[in-house]
Amino acid sequence: MPPELVSPAVRTRAAKTGAADRTKARARAVRHRTLLVYGSRLAVLALVLGLWEWFARTGVIDPFNFSMPSKIWDQIKQWTLHGTAQGPLGEQIWYTLYEALFGWIIGVVAGVVLGIALGRVRFLADVFGPYVKVLNALPRIVLAPIFLIWFGLGPASKVASAVVLVFFPVFFNAFQGAREVDRNLVANARILGASNRRVTFQVVIPAATSWIFTSLHVSFGFALIGAIVGEYIGATKGIGLLVSASQGTFNAAGVYAAMVILAVVALVAEGLLTFLEKRLFRWKPAQPGTNR
Amino acid sequence: MSSDPSSDPSGARQSAPQSAPSRDTSSPAIELRGAGKAFRTPSGALHTAVRDLDLTVGRGEFVAVVGPTGCGKSTTLTLVSGLEEPTEGEVLVAGEAVRGINPDVGFVFQQDAVFPWRTVLSNVMAGPRFRGVARAEARERARDWLARVGLTAFADRYPHQLSGGQRKRVALAATFVNDPDILLMDEPFSALDVQTRALMSDELLDLWAGTGSSVVFVTHDLEESIALADKVVVMTAGPATVKEVFTIDLPRPRKVEEVRLQPRFVEIYREIWSSLGEEVRITRERGAGHAA
Repeated sequence: MPPELVSPAVRTRAAKTGAADRTKARARAVRHRTLLVYGSRLAVLALVLGLWEWFARTGVIDPFNFSMPSKIWDQIKQWTLHGTAQGPLGEQIWYTLYEALFGWIIGVVAGVVLGIALGRVRFLADVFGPYVKVLNALPRIVLAPIFLIWFGLGPASKVASAVVLVFFPVFFNAFQGAREVDRNLVANARILGASNRRVTFQVVIPAATSWIFTSLHVSFGFALIGAIVGEYIGATKGIGLLVSASQGTFNAAGVYAAMVILAVVALVAEGLLTFLEKRLFRWKPAQPGTNR
Repeated sequence: MSSDPSSDPSGARQSAPQSAPSRDTSSPAIELRGAGKAFRTPSGALHTAVRDLDLTVGRGEFVAVVGPTGCGKSTTLTLVSGLEEPTEGEVLVAGEAVRGINPDVGFVFQQDAVFPWRTVLSNVMAGPRFRGVARAEARERARDWLARVGLTAFADRYPHQLSGGQRKRVALAATFVNDPDILLMDEPFSALDVQTRALMSDELLDLWAGTGSSVVFVTHDLEESIALADKVVVMTAGPATVKEVFTIDLPRPRKVEEVRLQPRFVEIYREIWSSLGEEVRITRERGAGHAA
């Protein structure tokens, strides 16, 4: 066979295997990079904890004030296995979660409803706008002691402080979301025959959900802060109480341990919220380059 | 039209079906008598978008409105649709003054105005659903129109999964499904590439041919306007008013790509451009003046 007849076929095959090799190599590189990222993350954690432990054991930092990872771990283990001075650990977590969640739900519902209402109805916005601004300017965390006086040591005072912290970011986002709805969409809905009520429920609220969801992420953190601070000031149960009790007995490890537990709780809640968001926003295009 | 024009836009829609048989056919579909619209700009100055508009659109007539960019063509449409009220003069639809949104009017917007959180089918169903049609019937009508625009296979997709041309088809189906007597189109194809645009123009002519509705098609593309319309209205540089009206005597049915090559088309084009070109030049000089 003349060589010029063979060469194109051979060349295609060679190109094909070459392309396959390159695809494989690329996949390998991606795997490699993922491993590297996870490995580095672990290394950073190990380094920080290791240094901390080492400094505390050699006396570079005072272990009484700064504690050390092993002691914190022991503390968590002890709480888990034998319970805390205030009762089982699960109960403390449950109380804090319950207060935060309850406060969060009330704050979110109130924030969304009022935000959308004021965003849609010009008159309400004009009347209540200044008051909302004034209330927002207050450092609302100082209300926690007042709530303690009003509602007592039980969960109610913590729920209340969580509500005031959650309400404002949610309210402002819902308000903004309702205001910034694409005017074309509203005009289109009206032309298609939608009443004002339908425009609100079928155009404004769906359009504002992405605004609202951004605030939900942030505000759950605020709800936890509200609950914890409330418990810290005065409570009979909860993680905030663990912090203040540990502090009262100069147990630094206890304070850190409570923080670790809190961080885990917050992360789990955040994960749940992200999951929910993904289900709800199927209509949104996936953003390239993000793995959310 | 037997509906009570003083009621709010949402209230007027129920009367659409009853009014259909008793339509008064003697008056033109749309009539503007010395209509004008001035807006208050954010800085407080009064900006006149259109002035002294006199325009008549006969029943079943396809009228294209051309003018320099930003001259106020779109404002004319919002006046006819009832989205805005004229500050001067009168706007009549089917012999009645426009007050609020008329249920017999359909509007195709320049930008995407499909609801991104609804599927294609649900988007087309929106109009009938807003007007109180039962779900099953609305779905049937929507499927029928989806088939006419060739999107049956895409019924369950979300808008972000479609191309620009497909989204425009959804918008057309969503408008036509309401069976409007008057179709207002605000540069509907300006965001599409040239080939898709020609294709969509042909499809529009096909869809329109069966309905007998009157169309006002705003564009800045003179070729498009001649290829589509029975009558081309040239507007002046802003504040816009009608400068000249040209009758297009090209035979129907037309194919956009073919009609462009006819000698008569070129003749008409030259004639209208001599009128329009001057206004475009004025606008451009003004723009240059602003930039300097």
